[in-house]
Amino acid sequence: MRGALCLMLLLLAGCDRPVEPLYLPDGEAYPETLSGWGMLQRADGHLQPAATAQAYDLNTPLYSDYAHKLRTLWLPPGESARYAEKDFDFPVGTVLTKTFYYPKDAQGRLLKNTRDDRDPARGLDLERVRLVETRVLLRQRQGWVALPYVWDEAQQEATLEWAGASAALTLHDERGDSLAVDYQVPDANQCAGCHEERHGEGLKPLGPKARHLNRDLAYADGVENQLQHWQRLGLLQGLPAPEGLPRNALAGAPRAGESLEQQARSYLDINCAHCHNPKGPARTSGLYLDPATALGIPYGLCKQPVAAGKGSGDRLVDIHPGQPDASVLVYRVQSTDPSVMMPELGRSTAHREGLELLTRWIASLPGGC
Amino acid sequence: MRPLSLLALAMLLAGCGDQADTPVAHADFQKDLQARLIKAKPGSVIEIPAGTWHLDRGLSLKVSGVTIKGAGMDKTILSFKGQKAGAEGLLVDASDFTIEDLALEDSKGDALKVVGGKNIVIRNVRTEWTNGPATENGAYGIYPVQTENTLIEGAVAIGASDAGIYVGQSRNVVVRNSRAERNVAGIEIENTIGADVYDNLATGNTGGILVFNMPNLQQPGHGTRIHRNKVEGNNHDNFGHKGTPVASVPAGSGVVINSNDDVEIFDNDIGNHRTANVIVSSYFSTGYSDLSTSADFDPYPERIAIHGNRFGPGGDSPDHIELKALRIAKFGLNGRLPDILWDGYVNPAKLVDGKLPAAMGICVDNGAATLVNVDGPNNFKNISTDMSAHRCTLPPLPEVVLASAGEQKGS
Repeated sequence: MRGALCLMLLLLAGCDRPVEPLYLPDGEAYPETLSGWGMLQRADGHLQPAATAQAYDLNTPLYSDYAHKLRTLWLPPGESARYAEKDFDFPVGTVLTKTFYYPKDAQGRLLKNTRDDRDPARGLDLERVRLVETRVLLRQRQGWVALPYVWDEAQQEATLEWAGASAALTLHDERGDSLAVDYQVPDANQCAGCHEERHGEGLKPLGPKARHLNRDLAYADGVENQLQHWQRLGLLQGLPAPEGLPRNALAGAPRAGESLEQQARSYLDINCAHCHNPKGPARTSGLYLDPATALGIPYGLCKQPVAAGKGSGDRLVDIHPGQPDASVLVYRVQSTDPSVMMPELGRSTAHREGLELLTRWIASLPGGC
Repeated sequence: MRPLSLLALAMLLAGCGDQADTPVAHADFQKDLQARLIKAKPGSVIEIPAGTWHLDRGLSLKVSGVTIKGAGMDKTILSFKGQKAGAEGLLVDASDFTIEDLALEDSKGDALKVVGGKNIVIRNVRTEWTNGPATENGAYGIYPVQTENTLIEGAVAIGASDAGIYVGQSRNVVVRNSRAERNVAGIEIENTIGADVYDNLATGNTGGILVFNMPNLQQPGHGTRIHRNKVEGNNHDNFGHKGTPVASVPAGSGVVINSNDDVEIFDNDIGNHRTANVIVSSYFSTGYSDLSTSADFDPYPERIAIHGNRFGPGGDSPDHIELKALRIAKFGLNGRLPDILWDGYVNPAKLVDGKLPAAMGICVDNGAATLVNVDGPNNFKNISTDMSAHRCTLPPLPEVVLASAGEQKGS
């Protein structure tokens, strides 16, 4: 009996041991299961970052079929990232995860809403969410690696799926309407298709940039600017004074002073600029929607589409100032045809709110073609 | 081991008995093939056995040094009918890439897109939209873009709603021994430096072979040779999407030059084109305003040499109302437009005593063939068939020589 008691105590001790993220600076011994990364843990019926990982969020997020996202960051102990305006320099061994989930109601139906339902102290209530996938970005000596993990129906574990996956989901909104989503988990190459922002330079994280991260976040111990929080914890070096930090707007829910144009350009930045920049995968189109490109022909104003095929929608220019209905951009953002829609990857439904924002912005532009 | 397991899979699928008409995605085949593409290493040869394989997601390859090989363009068929995700059938972002002996059918968008690599070989590949020409077909069949040292040979491209074989923004390209049929543009060379297009058949398209420059891109093109091709009966109605550059191509165009420079057209058989066997035109004829181009774009076609071709009948029923009216007014009710149609745009900054120097213009040495200047800049007011400005000679363009790896494979 005493031996059994000892065994039981040992098991309990094992169960309660905090998880530690995996350090994998090189090699290809990627865990087959997400739990092998140790980035997320279950506690008290919640999914939360590991004790040494940080949750983070972005100003304007990439649209992903209305999926909510739990983002986490882990740096090897004693290491820090170095600030730069465009791309932080993350140390070898850094792990980023992004868990895509939908909130659900008491009947288990998936909800289409934008409410922030993450408890800063406890994480996601597993009774109130449906986990779909978690994408891992790992910084190794040879560069970044992107790995897609798909959650099982029982919501117990996510498994590495090199070739991606798909799921037929139905979302319900507060007005009682439903939306069918043919949710696509990208394969590892498709991950690289977006994350290789500059040809020949390998994959990079897209979200953790100064202009996207520069915002307040609710932490367990209070609200704080994210970048300052990271610096205070020693995760980030070289942060400039707050006035020198770039900041994208909150598209659709602007803070004071954030103009319609800033919102629209922030939306196009996060959704399009990783490909549509002078060295990105869509450089062949000549359409550059990155923040460094001024409004003009390269940003699509009065620009003839190139190699768009049916993606032109019989419209003559990418952005027709004053005429959203004559703009290829609007046509492609509202499309759900795989050969037409923009972004090409990461969604299977149209983002009504984003489309409304772009329509308002283009309508507000002066001049003609 | 992989080929064996694939063979076992094929046998299993054969045993299951496919439905004849409804495409059923071969999910396991698709996952296995995409996983093999992801995990490929330089030097990998990925063999795809004979069979019609139904995929509902696009495929992609990012590893350099890979060969994809099927059992033949009518034996190994990747069918993307019903494709749900991915803008292409196969997207390749790699160098030292070879693909041969297979078909890609009915992709939602482009069938085969190769972006940004060097030393590309595309051999005995067929791309086709099997319902026939339709605006909703994908834009491009075979589409290397921003590539270098690229060989396309033995290819077949059918039914694309923009171009069957479309080479964009590339350098050092050979397209040969290929067939382009019932596309809007059969073969199109765009913003490309150094292209040799020879021994091809372009037939049943809206326009047979096109050489274009598009504005607002990182590289203007020049230096294309078109020779020993059969460009025949390209009279298909234009089913391209409005807003795309090919939508401006008149049905019944043989070889079309738009805004490109240093193009040599020789020793081809070009005939039975109801608008014109050869068209030389400027960006201004595509329907766009100055607001659509950056200041450094050069829209004028210059140094175009046309010699030693065999022209069949043409110009009897031109597309576009202006050309129809022009034909009747200038050549009579039963007349034909000349073999070569030029829109008449020249760069005013390069005129000397009101004339373009011969070394800059269109030089024709083609027996009895004549050229009509339709005077686009002045709304077709001074239509001219005066050949005096076109009796000139341009130095021959150099042959394109591919880097040794590609050429050895090609020999």
